[in-house]
Amino acid sequence: MTTPITSGAVSTVEQTIARRRSEGGGALIGYLPVGFPTLNDSIDAAVALVANGVDIIELGLPYSDPVMDGPVIQAATQQALANGFKLRHGFEAIRAITAQVDAPVLIMTYWNPVVQYGVERFADDLRAAGGAGLITPDLIPDEAADWMAASVRADLDRVFLAAPSSSDARLVQAIEASRGFVYTVSTMGTTGARAGVDAAARILVERLRAVGCTSACVGLGISTPEQVREILGYADGAIVGSALVKALTDGGVPAVARLALELAAGANDIRPASSPEQIQH
Amino acid sequence: MSLRTQPGPYFGDFGGRFVPESLVAALDELTAEYKLARNDPAFAAALMKLHVNYTGRPSIITEVPRFAEYAGGARIILKREDLNHTGSHKINNALGQALLTQRIGKTRVIAETGAGQHGVATATVAALFGLECVVYMGEVDTERQALNVARMRLLGAEVVPVKTGSRTLKDAINDAMRDWVSNVETTNYIFGTVAGPHPFPAMVRDFQKIIGEEARKQVLDLTGSLPDAVTACVGGGSNAMGIFDAFLDDPDVALFGYEAAGDGVETARHAATITKGRPGVLHGARSMLLQDEDGQTVDSHSISAGLDYPGVGPEHAWLASIGRATYLPITDDEAMSALRLLSRTEGIIPAIESSHALAGTLELGRALGPEATILVNLSGRGDKDMETAGRYFDLLDEGAEQS
Repeated sequence: MTTPITSGAVSTVEQTIARRRSEGGGALIGYLPVGFPTLNDSIDAAVALVANGVDIIELGLPYSDPVMDGPVIQAATQQALANGFKLRHGFEAIRAITAQVDAPVLIMTYWNPVVQYGVERFADDLRAAGGAGLITPDLIPDEAADWMAASVRADLDRVFLAAPSSSDARLVQAIEASRGFVYTVSTMGTTGARAGVDAAARILVERLRAVGCTSACVGLGISTPEQVREILGYADGAIVGSALVKALTDGGVPAVARLALELAAGANDIRPASSPEQIQH
Repeated sequence: MSLRTQPGPYFGDFGGRFVPESLVAALDELTAEYKLARNDPAFAAALMKLHVNYTGRPSIITEVPRFAEYAGGARIILKREDLNHTGSHKINNALGQALLTQRIGKTRVIAETGAGQHGVATATVAALFGLECVVYMGEVDTERQALNVARMRLLGAEVVPVKTGSRTLKDAINDAMRDWVSNVETTNYIFGTVAGPHPFPAMVRDFQKIIGEEARKQVLDLTGSLPDAVTACVGGGSNAMGIFDAFLDDPDVALFGYEAAGDGVETARHAATITKGRPGVLHGARSMLLQDEDGQTVDSHSISAGLDYPGVGPEHAWLASIGRATYLPITDDEAMSALRLLSRTEGIIPAIESSHALAGTLELGRALGPEATILVNLSGRGDKDMETAGRYFDLLDEGAEQS
C-alpha cells in the first residue's frame, strides 16, 4: 500500500536490508561520528565495522547543538569539533570508506549545516562522494520540501524518524517521505545505551507495519548482541551508536571491531525463531 | 494588512518547526490547547487576575527627565517591567504557560534560563501552582548569576548547571529539549523567549504583548500622542516583542531593538545576532543566527547573561527583513555606562539587559532631538547584577566586605 517514493534507481540501503532479511537475519547499522577521535581513526573505525559484519554505516557529522544526542555522542562530537572538524571531512570520509569496503554509507546530520552548505550542493557532493543519503534527526517531513526535491534529483535516500508519540497520520507521512528505511525511535529520549529496549519499539514497528512500512530500523539505546537479536525479531534493522562510540573512546579501533563482531552475531539466524506473526499484543 | 499578532508557524521566511519527531506530538498538543485557551474568556480572566493580584499589573510608566538630559533632551518614558513580582517581564509569560500546563494536566515543568530571570519566574509559578520544576542553566551563568540560582532553589526548583558546549543559554536550551524529549508525557516546557519551535514564538509574544498594550494607552494618556520611537533590548527578544506588538500597526512609531555587542561587533566577542548573523536553523526555528561557514553555532558574548545568545526570535528576524524594526548593537561598556547613569540620575537601577535599551535610547534621543518622545521597555531590575556591576565599577570594597 504505502511505498516509499523512489526516483528511478533502487536504494542500496533498501537492497541491503532486503538481502539481510532474505538471508534470515536483519540489517545491522553502525553509527560513528566523523573526525572522532581523528579523521583517519574515524575512517578506520568505520571500515572495521563493515569488516566485522556491520551492513550499513551511519556517519554522524559533528554539530554544535546536537539536541537528539546523549552524553557519549555529545562528548565525541564536541571533541571532533574542537579538533577542527569541517563538513568537507564528511565527504572525504565517505570516499575513503567506500574505497575500502562495500557497504552503503548514510550521513546523519542536523539540518543547519546542510542549509548553510546549500541543500542542492550538499546533495550533489554527497552523491559524488558515494554517499547513500541522509538521516535527519531535526528535520521533519513538514519542513523538508527543499531536501525532498534535492534528494529525488540526486537519487539519495531520505531517512526520517518515527517516534512512539507520533500519530498514525505522521507515521504514514514518515513512510511516504522516507527512502531507505524509517528510523524507528525505540524510546522517548536521546541517544545512549540503555539496559532494556522499550516495548515501545516493538509496538511502534507494529504500528508502522500496519500502515504499510516495509523497511523499519530501530535505534536509540541498543548496545548488546541480545538487544540486536531481539529487535531483529520484529524489525528490519537495528542501529547501534553510543555503544560503538564508547568502545572507540575506551579502546580505539580494535575495540570497535570486537564489539561490531559481537553485535553482528546477534544479527544472523533470527528467523524463524521469532517471526513477527508470533508477537502477542 | 495588520502586522500584529501573527499566528506562526512562519513569520515571512522565518520560524517553523525544526525539531526531533519525538517532540511534534507535544508541540501539537500545546498548539491545540493554546488555541482553545486564547479563545476561552475564563483563561483570560484567570490570567488577568494573576497579573493584577500577583504580579502587580499594570506596571507603571515613569518619565525620566534627568536621564533624558543626556539624550538630547528628548522626552523619555520608561515602562516599568522591573517593578513586576520577581523583577522582570518574564513573569508575564511564565504565568500564562503555567496556566496552560495546568489545563493540559501535566505536573512537571522545565525551563532554560540565561540571566536567571526566566528561571526565577518559572520557579515562582511552579511554587504557586504546586508543580515540580527543573531549570537548566549554563554553568557560566550559574556563576555570574549566583543570586538567582539561590532564589530558584529557595523557591523549590532544582537547578541543573549545564556543562556542555559554551555552558551558556544555548546549551541550557539543548539540555532542556533533551529533558523534554525524554519526559514529555509528564512534562511541559515553559520556554522563556519568543524563539524555539512553533507555537513558542507566537505564544510567548502573546503572553508578553500586555506590556505594549498597557504602555501604548499609558503614553497616550500622559502625552496625548503616540511615542516617536519604542526601544527595547533583544536577546531572544521576548520583552522587545512584548512592547513592539501593540505598535506594529502604527507606522509613525519607529521600533528599535538593541542587541548585545559585547566587546564590539568588529570583534569575535559579541551577541549581535541580527547585526552580524545569517539566516539559519537553531533550537527549532529558522531565524538569524551567529554561525560559522559550516553552520556551527558560534559562541556569543555579552556582559549580560540574558542577552548572551547566538540566536533571536524569528518574528524579530522577519521585522528586520521587512524594515519594520531596526536592530542596532550596544557594547558592554555602553550598557554599563547607561546602567550607572540611570541609577545616578533617577534612582532606578536597571538590569544590565535593559541597560542596552537605555544606552541605545541615549543615542537615539540625540538623533531625534528634543521634540521626540521615546518609550523604553525597562524589562528588569538590576538587583541580580550587583556583583557584576560591583566588579565592573570597582565598587566592592575589600575592607567593607570583611568588616
